[in-house]
Amino acid sequence: MMRIPILKLHNYLLISIQIDLDDQTAIQFQEDLLKKIHETGATGVVIDLTSVDIVDSYIAKVLGDVVSMSDLMGAKVVLTGIQPAVAITLIDLGIHLKDVPTSLDLEKGLIKLRQELEE
Amino acid sequence: MNNQSCIPIKKEWDIVGARQYGRDIAKNLGFGSVDQARIATAISELARNIYLYAQKGKICFDIVEGVNKKGIKIVAIDEGPGIEEISKVMEDGYTTSGGLGAGLPGIKRLMDDFDIISEVGKGTEITVVKWLR
Ligand SMILES: Nc1ncnc2c1ncn2[C@@H]1O[C@H](COP(=O)(O)OP(=O)(O)OP(=O)(O)O)[C@@H](O)[C@H]1O
Ligand SMILES: [Mg+2]
Repeated sequence: MMRIPILKLHNYLLISIQIDLDDQTAIQFQEDLLKKIHETGATGVVIDLTSVDIVDSYIAKVLGDVVSMSDLMGAKVVLTGIQPAVAITLIDLGIHLKDVPTSLDLEKGLIKLRQELEE
Repeated sequence: MNNQSCIPIKKEWDIVGARQYGRDIAKNLGFGSVDQARIATAISELARNIYLYAQKGKICFDIVEGVNKKGIKIVAIDEGPGIEEISKVMEDGYTTSGGLGAGLPGIKRLMDDFDIISEVGKGTEITVVKWLR
C-alpha cells in the first residue's frame, strides 16, 4: 500500500494521483482525505486523475463515495484530467458518475470549484 | 503457437499485477490505448471477483489466431463457491458484496467474446477474447 500526498492551498486540498491504485491504497486515500478535510476545514478538493490509466468498478465506487462523503463534510470535490480511455471504459462498465463534478484539467477544476462555492 | 501463461490471484496486490501483465501483452500485440485500457479493466474485474468471492484462483493469458485475425484470450479460473444463477449476476447492478454490480456485465461490454461456465460448489471459469482490428 502507498500513501497519496494531499496538498493544502488556501481553502483547497489538491491531490494528484500518480500511481496505479490498488484497493488498499484507494481506501487509505479515502480515509486520509476525510481526515484532512476535518483538520483543515477545507471547502474545496481537486483530485487530478491525469496520470491514472485505469479506473475499474471498485476504484470508481471509492471515488464516487469520496465525493459524497466530502460533500457531507462540507467540501466540494472536482475530479480533473480523466483520460479518454478511462472515460470510455467507465461507460462500458455502465458507470456514469452523474453527480460528480469534473473538469478537463487542474486549472479548470479550480475555476469550477470557485464557481460552485460562490453559488 | 502456444504462449499461455498464468498469474495466480491470491492476494489483493495480484489484481494490480495481473492487469499490468495483461496490458503489456495487449500493448505488444499492437492494441491501441483505449483497447489496452478495456483489456486491463476487464482483467481487474475478473481478478477482483476471484479474490473477493473465491479467495484464490488464476488468470491465464493466451494469444489466439483466427482466420485473418489475432487477439488476446484471458481465462479466469477459480475453485470457489460457483454461481447459482448466471443470468442474475450478468444484470447491471446485481451484487452480493455491496459493490456496484458493474463487473461482469461490464466485462462483457469491454471485450468481444465472453463465455462463463460455473458450477455451484465447484468453481467458475470465465473466458474472454478481444480481437485486434
Ligand atoms: N468468481 C466468482 N465466484 C463466485 N461468485 C461470483 C464470482 N464472480 C462474481 N460472482 C457473483 O456475481 C456477482 C456480480 O459480480 P460483479 O462483478 O458483476 O459485481 P460485484 O463484484 O458485486 O461488484 P463490482 O464488480 O461492481 O465491484 C457478485 O456479487 C458475486 O455474487
Ligand atoms: Mg466484481
